[in-house]
Amino acid sequence: MRWVNRTISRSDALLLGALPLAGLALAYIIAAASRHAANPADKILPLPSAMVEAMGSLLFEADPLSGQLLFWADTIASLSRLSMGLGIATLMALLVGLVLGALPPVRATFGPLVTAIAVIPPIALLPILFIVFGLGETAKVALIVIGIAPFMIRDVAGHIAALPREQLVKALTLGSNSWQFLLRIALPQAMPRLIQALRLSLGPAWVFLISAEAIAADVGLGYRIFLVRRYLAMDVIIPYVVWIALLAVAMDFLLTRLSRGLFGWAHKARH
Amino acid sequence: MLRLTNIWVEYGEKVVLERISFDIAEGAFVSVIGPSGAGKSSLLRVILGQDVPSRGRILLDGQPLPRECGPDRGVVFQRYSVFPHLTVLGNTMLGLEFEAAPLAARLFGSARRAARAEAEAMLAAVGLADCLDLYPSEMSGGMQQRLAIAQALIKRPRILLLDEPFGALDPGIRADMHVLITKLWREFGLTIIMVTHDIKEAFALGTRVLTLDKRRHDPHAPQRYGAGVIYDIALTRKTQADVPDESAGNDSGITFDTIGNN
Repeated sequence: MRWVNRTISRSDALLLGALPLAGLALAYIIAAASRHAANPADKILPLPSAMVEAMGSLLFEADPLSGQLLFWADTIASLSRLSMGLGIATLMALLVGLVLGALPPVRATFGPLVTAIAVIPPIALLPILFIVFGLGETAKVALIVIGIAPFMIRDVAGHIAALPREQLVKALTLGSNSWQFLLRIALPQAMPRLIQALRLSLGPAWVFLISAEAIAADVGLGYRIFLVRRYLAMDVIIPYVVWIALLAVAMDFLLTRLSRGLFGWAHKARH
Repeated sequence: MLRLTNIWVEYGEKVVLERISFDIAEGAFVSVIGPSGAGKSSLLRVILGQDVPSRGRILLDGQPLPRECGPDRGVVFQRYSVFPHLTVLGNTMLGLEFEAAPLAARLFGSARRAARAEAEAMLAAVGLADCLDLYPSEMSGGMQQRLAIAQALIKRPRILLLDEPFGALDPGIRADMHVLITKLWREFGLTIIMVTHDIKEAFALGTRVLTLDKRRHDPHAPQRYGAGVIYDIALTRKTQADVPDESAGNDSGITFDTIGNN
């Protein structure tokens, strides 16, 4: 059978998907082992045993200065910043995107403003955010919001504006007013798209979080990575990066499940 | 009941419809046919209130037609007529909920039960009594059109506008739909305007057939002249009281309306 026409069963897909990941891990271990054979004190590619040892102290031993379990404190700090940023951005995308997409006068008035904000590189605004909001949590959350909200707003607004015109006419002939159209027609159809936009924004949101934490923070996954970088502590950096990847994959998975569970109609096969 | 007087539809230089004038009587089933690009759908959009004619007047029951689509005119399109995020029941109840709940756009308690019963009765009339909880994407094209008809009829519109409603269906389903729409037309005393490109369908269903085409054609400026009504054929054989026979030939009982044929 030609490759474009292959269907892959679920178990095969799991196996095939795991192969490159396993290959990558194996390649790393071989490279690390060969470096350690030449120089037992090598820090660039630490062996898994070294990572376990380094992470063990971060995971289970309280930091003598702050008295916290650093790994968990970092995770909680980062996740709370991330979830606040994502939550605010999602809410903004829903409210602004909905009216922007469904109400032409609002779109004509505020569409250019949203576009103008969207084209500014968010990192360029980071100094302004630090000056305005100080070095605390607000600036970091604000960076995430400013970084991803314009994209999400434009995505949701575009989706609503692109609903078939027949739907609008049909709703009007059923006696709908603008508010009812927003509530019963536009809002429910915006929701699956909103989750989709949120999934696509997870990557950029992490970038902005790590950037903000790298520049000014005293706890957080990004802060820790950039702190231990000074000591060439790859045995901490690599597990942290893997942990961030796991968190991101888990969030993506949960959002997909949420969308399928709540908005099954959007995932059913089309005729 | 519906009176169009000297309607013109122009988009800039392009004239789509010119000098359209006709009356539609209560209870009529008017088929509109004509070649592609003759402005059939434009005419429907004008009557629907989706497009505003550049000249002329449209009166519904003696009153000028509002410039926006409203619940006095129901519509079924060829596609996208039903809402993908609502079940069959939700799609049908929507019109009742818009009317009764201006703010919440949703009904609760006894009002909801009453609306549900009305919607179920309407769905039974179009033959969807067993599919109340299906989503449109789970249904065939014919079932979706049945749903679109039920959804429109629950508002008891003065006029039902059909824009090539059966164009995307296969022949067997289309015949079923013809029987259904004829039955509904009689039972509910509907006034129907149906745009179609199927001449057989137009004559089989309609009590009157309007043919749109261009009367004049300028080869150097094809956009200069719009389409008008070139034939207005009353099929006197059919009224809502008697059953139009699907299998009967189309030739008997046709009279040409020489007055309306401008």
